[in-house]
Amino acid sequence: MSAATTTNLAQVVEDAAAHLYVWALKDIPQDLRDALAAARGRETSRTGIRVLETIHRNVEIADEQRNLVCQDTGIAVYYCRVGEGFPLHPARIYAALRAGTERATIEHPLRSNTVHTLTRENTGANVGYRVPIVHWEFVPDWDGLDVKCVPKGSGSENMTFLKMLVPADGVKGIKRFVLDSIVGAGGKPCPPGIVGVGIGGSADYAMHLAKDAISRPVGTRNSDPLVAELEADLYELLNETGIGPMGLGGDVTVLAVHVEHADTHMTLNPVAVNYQCWAARRASAHIAGDGTFDYVRDS
Amino acid sequence: MTISYKGSCLAAIGRGGREAWAEMAQHEVAFPVTDPAELLKLRAGDEVIVQGHVIGIRDRTQIRIFDQGQEPPMDLAGAFLLHTAPNVRKVGPGRYEKICIGTTTSARMVRFTEGLGERYGVRAICGKGGFPDEAIEPMQRLGMVYFAIVGGAAALETTQIEEIEEVAWEELMPECLWKFRVRDFGPLIVGIDAHGGSLYRDVQDRAARKLEELYARL
Repeated sequence: MSAATTTNLAQVVEDAAAHLYVWALKDIPQDLRDALAAARGRETSRTGIRVLETIHRNVEIADEQRNLVCQDTGIAVYYCRVGEGFPLHPARIYAALRAGTERATIEHPLRSNTVHTLTRENTGANVGYRVPIVHWEFVPDWDGLDVKCVPKGSGSENMTFLKMLVPADGVKGIKRFVLDSIVGAGGKPCPPGIVGVGIGGSADYAMHLAKDAISRPVGTRNSDPLVAELEADLYELLNETGIGPMGLGGDVTVLAVHVEHADTHMTLNPVAVNYQCWAARRASAHIAGDGTFDYVRDS
Repeated sequence: MTISYKGSCLAAIGRGGREAWAEMAQHEVAFPVTDPAELLKLRAGDEVIVQGHVIGIRDRTQIRIFDQGQEPPMDLAGAFLLHTAPNVRKVGPGRYEKICIGTTTSARMVRFTEGLGERYGVRAICGKGGFPDEAIEPMQRLGMVYFAIVGGAAALETTQIEEIEEVAWEELMPECLWKFRVRDFGPLIVGIDAHGGSLYRDVQDRAARKLEELYARL
């Protein structure tokens, strides 16, 4: 691996981050557009219909004017799948993602949301200590890199819940906690959105999985049939609560429920809920080891 | 001034919405209001379009006013406050152009409601996601209304803001005190009215009853 290759790949990753951040904020994915249209089709409350039609109009205006769909440019979250043969170390990938986030924020310009968590002073261009946030997955026998950018707004992120259930609470306990969480959240996370649920693992890992779950396209199912069944059950239950679009009452409370799971300790039963708003911003890049790349919306 | 609404926004509603909308009371209100009785015409669930001026305010702005005791350098009497921190471009000293202006979650800021109404004469607060029930009593007592906007619909909202007329406390960027001139701002839904009505309480009450039924099915 030459130094020149390393430099070029770092530039490709930085450019990808800068592009994906702005693209995600302006052009919401087709699976989400389809889900919102379907939601409008089944909503019967007049306020709910009004909200869903206003959302549709907003997405159209963002398209026409190439403006941001939502003003909350979020905290930049990236999901990286790194092939074992990808010739740029994750430490360098992180530096490039950070540089791209900063560049996009200054060049567009985008609202900068990142602050020191105690002083609350703004740290600059949507970067700071340990920001952006990156989820890593390492893939054997591959030399590529997939980068997915999911800018996460605070309205939905504030509606995040964790409970350390006990084994005797079982699946019922998991369902009850998710129901209570989404009813309690009401209109605050900008429903109807994607409910991410992480079950199993440890406390921190359950939350990590919930965050993985919100990044999946609407319409995808967990590959484990038992978990997929839980997704379907929760979807039905949550849409019977009547919370409705923007919490103003109605039939459509969520567009999708995604569950990710890990095996856990025999005496643990953790469940984490992370909400993603209706403007579930998401954009991806596939980068090959030789530096060629595609920007894609299907993942 | 409150008038019944006459439809320049119908084109933006779509066919399905027109039928549904026909059943809702609609109003147009200009802010700042000079006659507070105008707001008594509004009931939870009504739809409203706003004209005139809107004051942008957020967490840090209100922490400065109420927790740090600094008087706001703008007149808030009769005002319509919007929970916002906009994306803007600086074009000169104290002058900004809009890029994307949307609305944030209100519930974080509920504790400032009474002070805004009592001390400064604020008459309307607009945000997304609603206020918890603790806002109902002070809003009724002080003749205030909470308007729900469609959260996330910032591209649309930006087109309804004609100009950023003033900004104060720029050092809190983007959580400054903003003065926007708006045209046909909405659609807004009356979430909490000045008569003690709250859509959010109604939705939560119904959901609580429904939950009992759903738990039994688990």
